[in-house]
Amino acid sequence: MEIWRWVFIGIIFLADFIVKIEPFKLGRSQPTERISGSAGDVLEDDPVGRLKVFVYELPSKYNKKILQKDPRCLNHMFAAEIYMHRFLLSSPVRTLNPEEADWFYTPVYTTCDLTPNGLPLPFKSPRMMRSAIQLISSNWPYWNRTEGADHFFLVPHDFGACFHYQEEKAIERGILPMLQRATLVQTFGQRNHVCLKEGSITIPPYAPPQKMQTHLIPEKTPRSIFVYFRGLFYDVGNDPEGGYYARGARAAVWENFKDNPLFDISTEHPTTYYEDMQRAVFCLCPLGWAPWSPRLVEAVIFGCIPVIIADDIVLPFADAIPWEEIGVYVDEKDVPNLDTILTSIPPEVILRKQRLLANPSMKQAMLFPQPAQSGDAFHQVLNGLARKLPHDKSVYLKPGERVLNWTAGPVGDLKPW
Amino acid sequence: MKLLALQQSYLNRRSNSFRSSGPLDSYSDSAIKSPAAIFWIVLHGLSCLISLVLGFRFSRLVFLLLSTSSTNFYTSPFHSSSELSKTLDLHSVLPTNPVGNIPVPALNNTATNSRVVVGRHGIRIRPWPHPNPVEVMKAHNIIERVQMEQRSQFGVKDPRKIIVVTPTYVRTFQALHLTGVMHSLMLVPYDLVWIVVEAAGISNETASLIAKSGLKTIHVGFNQRMPNSWEERHKLESEMRLRALRIVREKKLDGIVMFADDSNMHSMELFDEIQNVKWFGAVSVGILANSADTNEMADQKKGEEENPPMPVQGPACNVSNMLAGWHTFNTSPFAGKSAVYIDDRAIVLPRMLEWSGFVLNSRLLWKDGDKPDWIKDIDTLDGNIENPLGLIKDPSVVEPLGSCGRQVLLWWLRVEARADSKFPPRWIIDPPLEITVPSKRTLWPDTPPELPANEKPVIGIQEPTVKHTRRTRTSRSKRPSKRKHDEARADRHTEIVSVNARNEMSFDGTAASTIGKSDCSAGLREGENSPAESKIQYTGSRGGAEKNSSEWERSLDRIGFPSKDKLSKRC
Repeated sequence: MEIWRWVFIGIIFLADFIVKIEPFKLGRSQPTERISGSAGDVLEDDPVGRLKVFVYELPSKYNKKILQKDPRCLNHMFAAEIYMHRFLLSSPVRTLNPEEADWFYTPVYTTCDLTPNGLPLPFKSPRMMRSAIQLISSNWPYWNRTEGADHFFLVPHDFGACFHYQEEKAIERGILPMLQRATLVQTFGQRNHVCLKEGSITIPPYAPPQKMQTHLIPEKTPRSIFVYFRGLFYDVGNDPEGGYYARGARAAVWENFKDNPLFDISTEHPTTYYEDMQRAVFCLCPLGWAPWSPRLVEAVIFGCIPVIIADDIVLPFADAIPWEEIGVYVDEKDVPNLDTILTSIPPEVILRKQRLLANPSMKQAMLFPQPAQSGDAFHQVLNGLARKLPHDKSVYLKPGERVLNWTAGPVGDLKPW
Repeated sequence: MKLLALQQSYLNRRSNSFRSSGPLDSYSDSAIKSPAAIFWIVLHGLSCLISLVLGFRFSRLVFLLLSTSSTNFYTSPFHSSSELSKTLDLHSVLPTNPVGNIPVPALNNTATNSRVVVGRHGIRIRPWPHPNPVEVMKAHNIIERVQMEQRSQFGVKDPRKIIVVTPTYVRTFQALHLTGVMHSLMLVPYDLVWIVVEAAGISNETASLIAKSGLKTIHVGFNQRMPNSWEERHKLESEMRLRALRIVREKKLDGIVMFADDSNMHSMELFDEIQNVKWFGAVSVGILANSADTNEMADQKKGEEENPPMPVQGPACNVSNMLAGWHTFNTSPFAGKSAVYIDDRAIVLPRMLEWSGFVLNSRLLWKDGDKPDWIKDIDTLDGNIENPLGLIKDPSVVEPLGSCGRQVLLWWLRVEARADSKFPPRWIIDPPLEITVPSKRTLWPDTPPELPANEKPVIGIQEPTVKHTRRTRTSRSKRPSKRKHDEARADRHTEIVSVNARNEMSFDGTAASTIGKSDCSAGLREGENSPAESKIQYTGSRGGAEKNSSEWERSLDRIGFPSKDKLSKRC
């Protein structure tokens, strides 16, 4: 029996050794770290089998006709609502039997009414949403059962379901009263803000995956830019003197660091924007008129550490991704000391952040590829929805009970669409 | 009317210009009739006037003072500097509409603990918004560390030491060439040993040059002087390189041996690529065959339009990326026209295959150890070998590097001065010059006589002069000199004395090209056109000037050569 003991120990040793070298056998020979957020190591969970989603069949005037009128909606940063619909139609989590569904999805494209310049007008969106909800509440009994508590909607506009591009106006309107009980999947996220309600899921803005793939440069190109940013500092059309745009933070960045050789910042639109990001160590992601921006997605894809300058912002999938370990948060009041803050980060911390960013599941989670791949943003949304299950018994209302006020809100919203 | 205009401009500023301003219907026309509106109009006009006088929008200061009680007003004192600097534009003098400036406090009561407020914020600028050198250094260290990490992850795995072999000798162009190689080697991110073999023994010149590099160097002397003809020179260099290889064997240096001739230029990718060699590799070398005489090059180009010589030497591969043969430099167009001696005016040709295009694993040179059987022992070589292929018995084992020879990773160029051209030792001018001479005139009074620049016009003037023809003819046929060193040569100018004006023009034209600036040559030509002055100009004292040079200078002046001040004005 002595020999068997030694054999057993030997096998344990060998297994230990093999397991140790396993993480380093990645295809690209770059050691990466596993990412686990506050919800645990959930980025690679598979939502199939954990939830069932029923997709309402709305008349095409809510979705297809709008898209036909303006196909630019497929490429702008609010395109997530359209791609989510398409993904759900062909996903294994979809169920055709609403009785067994955990979540209900209403495909209404509220951010597809575009100006000639391509920016969405939100003025008709509340009416559109209201009309859609009236439709589903009258044709199916599931809305009235819970007053929307097991329904989810995608509202990727600037301030989510507040449906306005100006922050003051958005705050004034607040979230559409009819969506008070539903789960909102939106890009906007700011703590203690009217337009972010408890239990919402923040998603990244849509960035075209193929376009970014075509601009990849070899990984051994040394990163020689310290801080990189391209974009507006002053919104000359609307706020020429600064102070309103970005709460003065972008203007502060410019005024303090315009002649600093470490900061490669300007308002130009170079064709090598993506390539330059891959040659930079830090990429600034300051707020604009809204706190979120596609720059975060681009920084993550290109391995550049995002420097987030937006007070109280809630970043995408905040419970699955530990953003404090990946990016650098800088308060807006600390912007004049940005260079001190960034240079005082120890190199080991910087290398760890780069390792986390290099994790392929991190990059996948920020993208909306077509066709969908495992671990991408669609799956993260479903994972987030699955984590909210099972529904609390209290969301099911007694028949006849009403919680929502259907006539609340500005008078203009009550007009039929 | 004014209020409407005010409202319009305000609306345009506050809302996006391309978005509808429909919802902003709070400013109705009824406001005109109320006394409050009139009060605001008057106040506005007054503010405009005051701002005009003062030169900045003081209205903000007023509001800052007035609304200090409002906790939501987020402006802070240090933004005023930015405001002042930006608001000197008098056209934008109209103060912000007071109704809109102060953010409505009522909106924020729904946000319970938010520390973020909506509205105008100050632009924070620190008192000295300029880079701090300590932080810049820290940032550079961070970048270095990141790049080191990148290199270790994506670059070459287990980089081997590089052993660089350079034969050199003391001459005018040595500083130029050796500094170039030295800088390239200092940038190499791998361990390096530099073996410098010097002809005619170790000298202080070379030692002081390579000591500046900070690299690990082995400096050996070789007991022969570098001969003057290219053939001999190549032979001696091969022997010197073999000497270096013997050192590698004695010291059992472990790494990759590459041959960096001092006149070559290396790219950084070369050093990354040679790390891939297993035993014996070859890279493509770009050949920049230099001819000092542009006329010759032009002729050659015209004649060779169908078949220009491919300026690359190196391995040639077939479609399956296996070594199939060699590209060598096509020397047939230059047959008979190539330079024989160093600093010949003619084109300098490379060998069939240059040493610098080969790299080998240093273990091939060791006496013992496991090495393949196709390598010959250095000690058993009976004579000199022309290139490293002479070390191996079977040329098919050579590994082609640089994506099978498609990448040219280094360039070959031979530019040298005359064998007897002088330069200040260690390029330090000591003792300092007492003589101030114009730039066209040499600093070195004891240099040998200058030789003619153009053959044809000079032939034409042979008949008038009898005195010095023999000397110039012989010296011309043997040693046509490089243009760089044909500044004052005495007998050249005695020849020119009898040259007619057109030849003077050509001399000046070609000589002016040594300076290389078109306006200089224009100036010279202009100066030259003036009638020959007979005044004799002596600039400064001629402490050490010998008879030759003073004669020469006098002759220059006689032909109306531009004087020093004319030159300095134009160039």
